[in-house]
Amino acid sequence: MQWECVIGLEVHLQLATQSKIFSGSPTTFGAAPNTQANAVDLAMPGMLPVLNEQAVCHAVKFGVGIGANVNKRSVFDRKNYFYPDLPKGYQISQFEAPIVGRGSFEVLMEDGSTRDIGITRAHLEEDAGKSLHEDFQGQSGIDLNRAGTPLLEIVSDPDIRNAAEAVAYLKALHRLVTYLGISDGNMAEGSMRCDVNISLRPKGSLTLGTRAEIKNVNSFRFVEKAIHHEFERQADILESGGKIVQETRLYDSDRDETRSMRSKEVANDYRYFPEPDLLPIVIDDAYIEAVSNSLPELPGEKRDRFSTHYGLSKYDASVLSDSRPLADYFESVATGCGDAKIAANWVQVELLGQLNRAETVIENCPVSAIDLAGLITRILDNSISGKIAKQVFEAMWQGEGSADEIIAAKGLQQVSDSGALETIVDDVLGANADQVKQYLEADEAKRKKLVGFFVGQVMKLSKGQANPKIVNELLVKKLV
Amino acid sequence: MNNSSVAQLVKGLRERQYSSVEVTRSYLDRIAAMDVHYNSYIGVDEAAALAAAEAADKRLAAGDTPPLTGVPIAHKDIFCTDGMRTSCGSRMLDNFVPPYDATVIQRFKADGAVVLGKTNMDEFAMGSSNESSFYGPARNPWNTELVPGGSSGGSAAAVAGWLAPAATGTDTGGSIRQPAAFCGITGLKPTYGRVSRLGIVAFASSLDQAGPMAHSAEDCALLLNTMAGHDPRDATSSSAATEDYSSRLGDDLDGLRIGLPREYFSDGLDAATRRCVDNALQELESQGAILVDVSLPHSALTVPTYYIIAPAEASTNLSRFDGVRYGYRCEDPVDLHDLYTRTRGEGFGEEVKRRILVGTYALSAGYYDAYYKKAQQVRRLIKQDFMNCFDSVDIIAGPTTPGPAFALGTKSNDPIAMYLEDVYTLAVNLAGLPGISVPAGFVEDKPVGLQLIGRHFHEARLLNVAHRFQQATDWHLRSPDFATGEQH
Repeated sequence: MQWECVIGLEVHLQLATQSKIFSGSPTTFGAAPNTQANAVDLAMPGMLPVLNEQAVCHAVKFGVGIGANVNKRSVFDRKNYFYPDLPKGYQISQFEAPIVGRGSFEVLMEDGSTRDIGITRAHLEEDAGKSLHEDFQGQSGIDLNRAGTPLLEIVSDPDIRNAAEAVAYLKALHRLVTYLGISDGNMAEGSMRCDVNISLRPKGSLTLGTRAEIKNVNSFRFVEKAIHHEFERQADILESGGKIVQETRLYDSDRDETRSMRSKEVANDYRYFPEPDLLPIVIDDAYIEAVSNSLPELPGEKRDRFSTHYGLSKYDASVLSDSRPLADYFESVATGCGDAKIAANWVQVELLGQLNRAETVIENCPVSAIDLAGLITRILDNSISGKIAKQVFEAMWQGEGSADEIIAAKGLQQVSDSGALETIVDDVLGANADQVKQYLEADEAKRKKLVGFFVGQVMKLSKGQANPKIVNELLVKKLV
Repeated sequence: MNNSSVAQLVKGLRERQYSSVEVTRSYLDRIAAMDVHYNSYIGVDEAAALAAAEAADKRLAAGDTPPLTGVPIAHKDIFCTDGMRTSCGSRMLDNFVPPYDATVIQRFKADGAVVLGKTNMDEFAMGSSNESSFYGPARNPWNTELVPGGSSGGSAAAVAGWLAPAATGTDTGGSIRQPAAFCGITGLKPTYGRVSRLGIVAFASSLDQAGPMAHSAEDCALLLNTMAGHDPRDATSSSAATEDYSSRLGDDLDGLRIGLPREYFSDGLDAATRRCVDNALQELESQGAILVDVSLPHSALTVPTYYIIAPAEASTNLSRFDGVRYGYRCEDPVDLHDLYTRTRGEGFGEEVKRRILVGTYALSAGYYDAYYKKAQQVRRLIKQDFMNCFDSVDIIAGPTTPGPAFALGTKSNDPIAMYLEDVYTLAVNLAGLPGISVPAGFVEDKPVGLQLIGRHFHEARLLNVAHRFQQATDWHLRSPDFATGEQH
């Protein structure tokens, strides 16, 4: 049997706000346990939630960014269950009336094609705290620093068909939310966590199979592996005549497997009802329009502009628009040096190569865009060759100064003075009389090769600084 | 000064007839001597009260102080008080000392009032007789065999017994007005959102509202002036402007249209109680008010609607009491489930458990639409009934309770009979309206209350009508023999 995989993703996105969604505690990552939890976060008696408007603004940005229907009236609900990391005994979330309704956005697949993935809804909610099971001798500790951190839960339609598409979707989503500036997108710190809903059906069938939900898969790579694993598991069960149990599963990255957490039969009844401590969020057209006008250029728009305005290939344009800082960097270099194609080439090959080797990101790049533009300008005005430029770039990376400073300090200026070059050319021709003889007797094709040899010798003697164009002209003139 | 109204104390303190320390000391002495009979207080911190009184005296000496400076006021033990145990009448919070003040307490402290003590109450404000308190029932100073009403029974008893010049209460379904009626004092439940709920242990969030309990409408106005106002830390608190609630007390009642809902004067109402209410209405009529028959057609649905919504909200508001972070925790839990079930099983009393069960059931999957959702729809109809009446009348009047205070133990085993005690008060909470109970006479030496209900944010009008009534009557001036030790 050929199986088709049907995948829907729920992404919990941590919104970039100074304080929590319902309290004034800071949201900084990595603070000592319970140092960022106030009386509201601890659910002390009588404490009340107050909505953080920044979180609403971020959610609306997302809604506008995916062209979704932003609901002018959305309602918070209580989702009730007991757990020590949930101090109130309920999570404030949105159930029946989420802030963002249906929308979709374009995902660039690995093969270069694009697909629209539907977004069912996105709603605001608060994060829970964290249970600490080590270091407490048979007891558990609770860290409530994370409790109340604002989340936007983004639910996709079941439009995704395989692991590669899932990863492409997540990368596109990550790109979008970081472009929008609504999340730092830091997956290692849990800013983007993913639940994978997955079911199988015979290829060609239109009915959905029973799904399993894999909770809290926290990296692109784990999403891919978890889907692969779950596909195999469900296919094995179905092919041996078994039935899939609707359940929640956990992906164990150490053992690369998913395992059952709880089945729906014993699932919680969350007893959702409207949160009486908070008023509905009511926004008007003017608000939505103001948010809409404040949106930056989005990834797809930027990619298209790079390719039409700068004449870059679709591939180059998508690499350079992958993140906002990289795109901004590229644009500064391109305008600084005046040649977008060479700028694109330098950013993609030399700069990204160095960043990869140094395992760092564009935000921490030691060479500023202005300095890189300065270097490229020296190639364009023939002050240095492309080869020398790589040497200069290396020195710039090490912090030795600007391109001009390094060229001057190391004397790397290209030699274009024909008097000085003529001496070197003469030396080379004198030292290679055999080749000169061969040249004079050779046909056109062979001559070309020998010119290359002579140029190489001149470059060697000049330590790469001779202007190859002028050397060429001199050689052709002398070899008669 | 022990039998002085708040208004008299405000004057006496300013005129240096006595100091706040003297006033506070005299009340503390009286509590020590008399509260053994009433059990109206759960907590009294003499040293803190006297220190606050001393500070108030310094402010008074410096001049230009808010009116309540130096006036001792008792607070229902549902208001969180910084550094002072706040039990909410429950074993669950018997050991709970908040590190913060409720906004109401903050405002009283800022205005120089002295926290005299914390008063007894039904556990988590769930009850109409004060009998569900973990600390034993408070008793009615008019007759200690009678309940003082609830849930703010301790506050009502303390005021009626002159163990406090005035007190705060909270009212989710009648918890200020019913005990005020039973104890012969004046109690105001303001419009929902008028007074901040921050720092008040939540019972039913969409219904809870704090208000003043005192000997007169004039005193209630003085307290409300301090209590009312927007609180940015309570999203449901209103930003509508407040006013000086004392300024319009004397306005005349000429042409005031008072609606009398026929449903509030029907079979369930005790005949003698009705006579008191009728007499009171005649008095208002004699002052120029016009009595108009009106109808609140959905009144019969009030009790069932309330007893879905309030327990539903309570069931989740009380989830935070889990033994993990504060409050009661069972001995030696073996695992998490054991910690939860035994902590809550041992920490909560019967009535609280009953309401958690009812509320959990009403919200559960498969029942939500039939119960909670339906109740919310009916709640809108009930509110609409009032709005329709207010098209043609200024205020609505009727009895506060079906009858006077009942004897301890007579209804505590019959939850339905107890719930029916609140039949005239519940709808006011469901509609978010302000309501006041005013002493209107006696039935067999038991006080009876007249309830006045106003439009949203029309507290000043209610206080005005109540004050004019009290200018012409002396029911609010009467004191139980036990309290004064004198005959009158």
